[in-house]
Amino acid sequence: MVYDTVIVGAGVTGAATAWQLGRYNIKCAVLDKAADCGFGVSKANSGIIHGGFHHSVTSLKAKLEVEGNLMIDSMQHALHFPYVRTGILVAAFSEEEMQTVEKLYHRGLGNGLKGLELCSKERTLELEPKLQDNVVGSFYAPNGGTIEPYRYVFALMENAQLNGVEFKRNTKVVSGRFADGIWHLECEDGSVVKSRYVVNAAGLFADELSKACGAEEFTIRPRKGEEYLLDRTSDARPSKVIFPVPTKTSKGVLVIPTPGGTTMIGPTADMVDDKEDAATTGEHFDKILAMTQNMVKGVSRRDVITAFAGLRPAIEGDDFYIAPSEKVPNFIQAAGIQSPGLTASPAIGVYIKDLLKKCGLELVEKSDIIYENPGHPEVRNLSDEQVQALCEKDESYSRIVCRCEQITEAEIIDAVRCGHTTVDGVKFHTRAGMGRCQGGFCSAKILEIISRESGIPMQELTKRGANSRIMAGKLGTLEVKL
Amino acid sequence: MKNISCDVLVVGAGAAGLCAGSVTSKHGLDTIIIDREDQPGGILKQCIHNGFGLRYFKEELTGPEYACRVAKLAADAGAKIMTGTTAVEAKKNADGSFTFKVFSQKEKVCYISSKAVLFTTGCRERTRGNIITPGTRPAGVFTAGAAQKLLNISGYLPGKCAVIVGSGDIGLIMARRLKWCGIDVKAVVEIMRHPSGLTRNIVQCLDDFGIPLYLGHSVTNIYGKERVEAVDITPLADGKPDFSKTFKVDCDTLLFSVGLVPEVELAKQLEVKINPATGGAFVDDDYETTTPMVFASGNGLHVHDLVDFVSEESERAAGSICRRLSGAKNSDKVPVTVEKTLKYVVPTQATRGEKQSFYFRPLIVANKATLEARADGKIIKKRLIPFVRPAEMLEFELEIPAECKEMEFALTGGELL
Repeated sequence: MVYDTVIVGAGVTGAATAWQLGRYNIKCAVLDKAADCGFGVSKANSGIIHGGFHHSVTSLKAKLEVEGNLMIDSMQHALHFPYVRTGILVAAFSEEEMQTVEKLYHRGLGNGLKGLELCSKERTLELEPKLQDNVVGSFYAPNGGTIEPYRYVFALMENAQLNGVEFKRNTKVVSGRFADGIWHLECEDGSVVKSRYVVNAAGLFADELSKACGAEEFTIRPRKGEEYLLDRTSDARPSKVIFPVPTKTSKGVLVIPTPGGTTMIGPTADMVDDKEDAATTGEHFDKILAMTQNMVKGVSRRDVITAFAGLRPAIEGDDFYIAPSEKVPNFIQAAGIQSPGLTASPAIGVYIKDLLKKCGLELVEKSDIIYENPGHPEVRNLSDEQVQALCEKDESYSRIVCRCEQITEAEIIDAVRCGHTTVDGVKFHTRAGMGRCQGGFCSAKILEIISRESGIPMQELTKRGANSRIMAGKLGTLEVKL
Repeated sequence: MKNISCDVLVVGAGAAGLCAGSVTSKHGLDTIIIDREDQPGGILKQCIHNGFGLRYFKEELTGPEYACRVAKLAADAGAKIMTGTTAVEAKKNADGSFTFKVFSQKEKVCYISSKAVLFTTGCRERTRGNIITPGTRPAGVFTAGAAQKLLNISGYLPGKCAVIVGSGDIGLIMARRLKWCGIDVKAVVEIMRHPSGLTRNIVQCLDDFGIPLYLGHSVTNIYGKERVEAVDITPLADGKPDFSKTFKVDCDTLLFSVGLVPEVELAKQLEVKINPATGGAFVDDDYETTTPMVFASGNGLHVHDLVDFVSEESERAAGSICRRLSGAKNSDKVPVTVEKTLKYVVPTQATRGEKQSFYFRPLIVANKATLEARADGKIIKKRLIPFVRPAEMLEFELEIPAECKEMEFALTGGELL
């Protein structure tokens, strides 16, 4: 079996590419080393749909960011992922900062953005009363918003799979060679996947894959960002994404009203050496707390329910590296997709599809494209009548398992049947375990449901695949030494 | 949508809700007790150790035995217990009654209206996130109660080699439980200089098994990308970690027993005011919150050491509900406060000329201290307490003088933390 295209990496870049390629009469597969899609860079970030004013539109990055931003609303309509166009406020707390804010405003205008406002102090506080009273002014971009990044990746992959794209989890490509017009991708388990074209969407490991395939040598350097999540009852939750004035290296520490109802503060930006170093640190929390408290009222240590860190796949230069390899044939590089990669991703998918076409891949649109995903009912967002109707058909919609986020057993079953069989996979699909008790009450029940629905024995269930087993076996299997 | 009416809606069928429900039912009030779980009894169901009921039932019971006893009391008295039922919304009606929207296995989405509400919602455990423990986020990190449920209800081992963060009672009980399952327990790490659990649990669960207790220490890093591999333990000097003395301990499991938080999110929807010192509602000596006809008791009000106290307190709260629904008016009350030697007092309002039980949590450590009750600044009653620890709740019975304007309690002698 020879695929027409294999995408290595099921993060947002790979998933958006698969979503596009699913529309054509080709055989396509996505491989990922992790237990689920979006488990690398894409799962741990700020979840911002950026406004397109941080970078000049002369870069590929800004061009795709602006295009991607314009595609999100219609995609949400068809693919059903949690996303709210909240708008973005960049708040200035001194006259000096206000000058930078004005520059951003003019860059936004230059990038062709609509509805931008350069705001006085009064207008700023009217738009966002949660800001501290010493705010001097702001720049308002109504086109920005917040998205659940993992659910977005799940939705893209779901649609790709509905249109026939194959998804191989737990499949790590270790090397590739091109012979007789075909790529032979060797996987860690010894299997070989063959394909005419390869897309390198391997995120943090795109440099290693490129090298292992004989293509360009470059370096991805992970830049870590820590984020802290505040309970949905926090007084700090603003109505818009609050940005500080950016510095040269970072867009700064934000206050983010997540689509799920919690408030997120972060991220930091630190270069690290280890591509798997997602540890949080104590010092950074104090810094993030102080910075966000200076901007927004009501940010409190008491409301923190969890912390996480993500790694940005930073590359030399300021731009994304999306281009056909100049060293090996039929190999598309999609590397260095850091912020605003999430926003740009729909346009990245289209761009890579066009690059493949330019490289000779024949793309004929299918006559039976499935544009819409089936919905996944979320009981917490439905009317009484809608819930009652669901319960008539399936009573597991009346059984609330995750009490903090009000997630029913039916929603967990749905996630497992969509292929999400790890605890994190179920959590990302449903929000079960994401609330203030962090799974303290419901984790045992969730494990039982995953095991029952997937057929995986309880003791083999994992947090996120590989050796992340939740339990060490059945009670009574260890020798007792007292 | 079905609408159900009753006199008293009790939210939570743990020991508090079941004991209260048995009282109101016996009194002839139409009582519904709802609970999210499939069986009544709350957290007691997973507490398979003994030591429960010595005061309330005058015999030593396990948690599930205590749960069965109180569930039977409620059922025999005629209370309707609706399990598998989660309340998602609460509102106050114009006529003073209350309506709760619930999801129920039996009734699907339905509404329950009542004349009075008693919140016996218990606590949730504080998590690693709440205390902001740095490090990676591997599998093998549990709250002590979640691990207890996994072990005692589901029958699975949370790991093979554990470190326990915090010396709360659940953590101590779990240390012993893990040992009995063949799981090594390397350390119990407590940030305070004194244990947060009961002394009897330190002796019976740690000392008897040779498990080291590190007081004044903190877990400052978690290692392991997939499963927990080790933790850093750091002693505190002047309240700050002294990283020069950090040591690393290998383990594959980390349990957090770092405190309990009363579950008050639903009560807040009824505009119940929360006492920051307890995390539960402000209540008067009728256990009535700041919202009339809304009551609270048990661990959802303040964290108790013993379930026996929870049962007694909830019976008193239920008694108040019976009186109030029979037409008794809420009397004029005296404010009750504490000095800095005590963390809190429950209740914070009391009736003049009536005998009351007050509960306190000390902030001092002493082998002898005096608990003083002061009416308008004058000591009216005092008691010598031989053993004072923050982990041990204090109880004090007192009649408030008829002419008193304010009451204050204090502990004198001993060391302020």
